[in-house]
Amino acid sequence: MPDITQLTSVLSLNKPTISIINGRVIDPKNHLDQDLDIHIQHGKIIALGAAPANFQADQIIDAKAQIVCPGLIDLRFRLREPGYETKGTIASETRAAVAGGVTSLCCPPDTNPIIDNAAIVKLIRLKAETEGVAKIYTLSALTQQLQGEKLSEMRELKDAGCVGTTNALHPVKNTLVMRRALEYASSHDITVFIQAFDPWLSGGCAHEGAVSTRLGLAGIPVSAETIAIARDLQLIELSGVKAHFCQLSSAKAVQLIQQAQEDGLPVSADVTAHHLHLTEMDIADFNSDCHVIPPLRTQRDQEALRQGLVSGVISNIVSDHQPHGSDAKLAPFAETEAGISSVETLLSLALKMVDEQAMSLSDVIATLTSKPAKILNLPEGTLSIGSDADVCIFDPNAYWLVDRDKLLSQGKNTPFHSWELKGEVTHTLKSGEVVFSKAKE
Amino acid sequence: MISKNIQLDEQGRLKHFLSIEGFKRQHLISILDAAEPFANVHEQAVKKVPLLRGKTIVNLFFEASTRTRTTFELAAKRLSADVLNININTSATSKGESLLDMLHNLEAMHCDMFIVRHNQSGAAHLIAQHVSPHISVINAGDGCHSHPSQAMLDMFTIRRHKKEFANLIVIIVGDILHSRVARSQIHALNTLGVSEVRVVAPKTLIPTQIETLGVHVYHDMQSALIGADVIIMLRLQKERMQGALLPSEDEYYHQYGLTEQKLAYAKPDAIVMHPGPINRGVEIASSIADGPQSVILEQVTNGIAIRMAVMSQTLGRSLNIKPPKQITAIAEESH
Repeated sequence: MPDITQLTSVLSLNKPTISIINGRVIDPKNHLDQDLDIHIQHGKIIALGAAPANFQADQIIDAKAQIVCPGLIDLRFRLREPGYETKGTIASETRAAVAGGVTSLCCPPDTNPIIDNAAIVKLIRLKAETEGVAKIYTLSALTQQLQGEKLSEMRELKDAGCVGTTNALHPVKNTLVMRRALEYASSHDITVFIQAFDPWLSGGCAHEGAVSTRLGLAGIPVSAETIAIARDLQLIELSGVKAHFCQLSSAKAVQLIQQAQEDGLPVSADVTAHHLHLTEMDIADFNSDCHVIPPLRTQRDQEALRQGLVSGVISNIVSDHQPHGSDAKLAPFAETEAGISSVETLLSLALKMVDEQAMSLSDVIATLTSKPAKILNLPEGTLSIGSDADVCIFDPNAYWLVDRDKLLSQGKNTPFHSWELKGEVTHTLKSGEVVFSKAKE
Repeated sequence: MISKNIQLDEQGRLKHFLSIEGFKRQHLISILDAAEPFANVHEQAVKKVPLLRGKTIVNLFFEASTRTRTTFELAAKRLSADVLNININTSATSKGESLLDMLHNLEAMHCDMFIVRHNQSGAAHLIAQHVSPHISVINAGDGCHSHPSQAMLDMFTIRRHKKEFANLIVIIVGDILHSRVARSQIHALNTLGVSEVRVVAPKTLIPTQIETLGVHVYHDMQSALIGADVIIMLRLQKERMQGALLPSEDEYYHQYGLTEQKLAYAKPDAIVMHPGPINRGVEIASSIADGPQSVILEQVTNGIAIRMAVMSQTLGRSLNIKPPKQITAIAEESH
């Protein structure tokens, strides 16, 4: 994509020079946690600590008592564009992203049209440059039209800019097709992202357990997840492909992934921020904002997911941002659409792990920066000299009240409405440009 | 788990009737007591009482029903309310107008109460959460979740035959998985303090962790019948049977159908109940359905009294009529 790359580099010459001073810089990739100034020119970080000679800052951001960390990378984020612009657009959702400190996001292929040809990738990248304020990466469809029958042109899609491949929420039923897809991806060193659920056991809308029984809702058993993981782990071993399991939801799933990692398989996994903080109990009485796939499970599962994050079996936290129009949640529970507009609460919910799980700030930030960068093989997620100046600045001690009506996302569907959360983003920089500033409000 | 019981108003009076869960024993007893005088209204020459004169009640049925809709309609009419019946094919609504849009249209016609049946769990709760404050919602069955007026008429029927709930063993047989009636009965029976509730079915028809609702699970009908005072047979809802839940109707009847031979295991004075409509020869033998231990038709009659009681308690709030003593007592209870 030389045209877009050229456009970007030409634009970066006009970017202001910026100094971020007095902040506590945390950069997990470089094991850095100290009070340092950061200096930015032409969209890149050019110095940490003292400013270089002759450096004149056009803008100085005082980050006193704040944390300065790499811009967050969100592995699962639905922009809704192209195809579902009534729910969200590249313009609206990237603005929501940067308000949450997210500067790079990864969009699954279940757009309309589906990302299974290079033209769509190009379209999204172009729109990202012209209308968006965050970096957008795409995953290609694993199979054509996500139908689980024929392999997509995943190598061409990789060359067009896709950072991985997935069949998103459409499990590949045919084991032979799955095997071949994984083998083909492995041949071209493409990471496969797997949302594990057995299609036959996943007809419900809530975790199969005491709550689904009480509410008379069709359940999705834990085995829907573990059967799919178990099958795919066998195929991963057979094909040697690098695989990432998306949004684990159960204790048993964490166990399976841990075992696979101990066996030396190249697998990683993530968890959503909401699975760390909500359980099946939160859907009573029929709270459709808590309708998510995979479903919220028991407290035991929640605890295991948290432990998995602490131990490193689960490498990162994602938002699984899914904005919806207001009517999508106004129906009887099973008929509502699944998903949460979640990017703006991602960082604060992740930071709760510091207080509740005794994780270090640096470890929590790693789950949102260096670790997802490694999975996507991106140069971002660090504040190293010479890297893009993607920066998130937040006040770790500021409390803010989640108000659905004040979310920048077009989707107001959040179960965290009226929660008081700690940790508030004050500035976000993408490639050396201030794309969000709390003071602007 | 229920953060706020939307079924009661600030004074602790009945506002909506959505599920048995959330009510204390004295609430349920007060509904049963309120139904007693209505149980005899049909014997009077003039079957009407003027309690709800001038009120408009809408029967909003998104799912086919004859018995429930008719008894609600009769109950409303005997309370002198105006009744509007609306039957909506759910597939038609899903194509266009949303459930709530339709509701707001009806509200604009100044109705006082919606009686809602819907094939989705939680539909009545959703409606109750979104109607204007002066409107009451009664759940006439939502998905597999709840059918509280059916459970109350069953409790009423049991009380008429058994007087005390305390020492009863009640067994519920059949498709528990899909049954809103069973879920409501289980809550009601446990709230009223029966000795034991047993549910009987193969594992394919028992929802996960049903024990958490306070029941014992049996897969063998004969052992479950031993000592039973009340036998509740559920309808085997053929239209809900998807996939391989049961091998055949025949096998089901042999294992779980109520026959004379099986009934002999229960107490001699056990009563046999069924929410209807019954499938003769599928879940119950005709000789039992029509036999001396059957109270199935009584259940239907009692349904009218219970529904009159529930309607007058909910809508009666906003009228300047004196509430029955029991209800006043509840409002004053602090716990």
